[in-house]
Amino acid sequence: MDLVIYINIQAFLICSFLNTLQKEPSEVYAMRGGRMEFFMKTSLNGKITTGHKNKWYKNINNWQLYSLCAVPMLLFLVFNYLPMIGIIIAFKEYKYDLGIIGSNWVGFKNFEFFFKSDAFYRITRNTLTLNAIFIFVGLIASVTVALLLFEIRKRTAVKAYQTMLIVPHYLSWVIVGYMAYAFLHPQYGFFNSALKQLGMAGIDWYNKPKYWPAILTVSSIWKGVGMSSVVYYASLMGIDTEYFEAAAIDGANKWQITWGITLPFLRPLMTILTILAIGNIFRADFGLFYQLTRDVGSLFSTTDVVDTYVYRTIKSGVANMSMSSAVGVLQSIVGFVLIIITNIIVKKIEPDNALF
Amino acid sequence: MITARKNNILSQSILHSIFIIMSAMIIIPFILVIAISFSNEKDIVAYGYHFIPKRFDVSAYLYIFKNPTSIINAYNVTIFSTVVGTTLSVILMSMLAYPISRGNLKGRGFISFYIFFTMLFSGGLVPSYILISQYLKLSDTVWVFIIPGLMNAWHVFLLRTFFAKLPESIIESALLDGASEYRIFFTMILPLSKPVLATVALFGALARWNDWFTAMLYITDDRLLTLQYLLQRILMNIQLLQQESMNVDMLGINPSDIPSETVRMAMAVVAAGPMLLVFPFFQKYFVKGLTIGSVKG
Repeated sequence: MDLVIYINIQAFLICSFLNTLQKEPSEVYAMRGGRMEFFMKTSLNGKITTGHKNKWYKNINNWQLYSLCAVPMLLFLVFNYLPMIGIIIAFKEYKYDLGIIGSNWVGFKNFEFFFKSDAFYRITRNTLTLNAIFIFVGLIASVTVALLLFEIRKRTAVKAYQTMLIVPHYLSWVIVGYMAYAFLHPQYGFFNSALKQLGMAGIDWYNKPKYWPAILTVSSIWKGVGMSSVVYYASLMGIDTEYFEAAAIDGANKWQITWGITLPFLRPLMTILTILAIGNIFRADFGLFYQLTRDVGSLFSTTDVVDTYVYRTIKSGVANMSMSSAVGVLQSIVGFVLIIITNIIVKKIEPDNALF
Repeated sequence: MITARKNNILSQSILHSIFIIMSAMIIIPFILVIAISFSNEKDIVAYGYHFIPKRFDVSAYLYIFKNPTSIINAYNVTIFSTVVGTTLSVILMSMLAYPISRGNLKGRGFISFYIFFTMLFSGGLVPSYILISQYLKLSDTVWVFIIPGLMNAWHVFLLRTFFAKLPESIIESALLDGASEYRIFFTMILPLSKPVLATVALFGALARWNDWFTAMLYITDDRLLTLQYLLQRILMNIQLLQQESMNVDMLGINPSDIPSETVRMAMAVVAAGPMLLVFPFFQKYFVKGLTIGSVKG
């Protein structure tokens, strides 16, 4: 959930910034609160407009600004762009002593090996289905919470509940792993003690893969619902109250208002966030899958995802480096293609929210 | 009218009870962990984990505070990486965000795309891992927590969006008065942007405080563990201890002599508790960071 929101919000920012780029300079000036005045003033005076603007352009000290961004851009180069070149490892047989450049080319052998392995089907299926469940359940949960919060009149109560629901957001997955462990411990765990008190046999949770899709979904919602409902709640606050007043005068009840006004108002946001989440469906929240399952092998059949698989192969030694790099490259490419596709779809539905 | 009002009171109280139940579901796991940490080890072995300790017992905490070296070390590393990392990162990201917020900078489109592209595509974990561990030799140094994570494309755009909204007339008049861009940035723009700086700093601080992944990948030196990774190791290590003690059990030694169950949870409380009481006070800034983009979008 965390990751999903993160990417969603990211997308929003990108939209706003790229839209700005596409527009005419004059529009940009008009758009920005502070600048609007400046623009209008100069254009009202007619003749000054262009002259003033040119002078303004000359005043900028480009080199000082470039020097400000030199170090940050270098950091992007080293930690983001150099690794992109590093994807050639996927086409090589990486040897520690030979280095990236010196290792032998093997073509698509690493990819072939991965496609033929059992892991391929397992991690693809798990990543896709679990993320799909998270997106679907997460959407319903966060919209429901936002709608319910919106109905509460007392502002202080809304604040208090929101604060409460957001608390898990501040936890690391390690701590959530501890909590899950306190409930699921095969010997002492709360669930099993409760089951035993009811006269039933305890369940060996960390050995029963079939329960884990549900456990992971609940944990993911538990941690993320507070933060993700914030976006929807903020958008609900923007609805003009006149709609509700008019509906109330017409005698509509709460359900009719929710179905007829509130939900349709949220629909564009829901669509965009969901489509964008689908664009990231091949990226799993590593912490969730690693810390909660505690990397227990007997659960892999339902909990092993691309990210946990890549991590395990890295840790298993240099010998598998090329293979896990191939998986990483596949993930990046699929992710890239999905984002491009989802952007095309978003552009058709809500052109204003398109990424680029 | 009267029935309508009654209906209202009824529906409001239903809503409140729904949220009280939800809040309870949020709190319950915390209570369980805290309750276990204050339990007696023998009670746990006999009755399992419970929400109310049978006997109130602080021996787990005493055990931790008797051997505090590892947790103090972890606190030091985590505080260092959070404070230094976040401060450096906010300054550097602002230094990049400010120039591209200036509509008239030449090449602004290129720089923006240069940053934006890193959000779309990445080389994956393996190349970064090889780069950081084998070429930059940052493994087992404290700098691995700081340097690789300095830039975050999303945060740069968040800052950029805010800077762009500042009235340009003040920059213009400062330039006309002969101020340098550096001076404008450090003495005018940064002080005016405290809210967004706080938001980005808190996002960064939360991520660094909760980071275990970096340590898991790059750290083998026990003195350089972060809090969260220390916790993770304890979860795994005491497990090992337990397995061993089961074997020892066959030799006639009581496995419950190791207060493993309560110590583990007490450790989680000591490590996670303090910051968990701090972050909610800054909720405003976290929420602002989430909605700042959508307002404009």
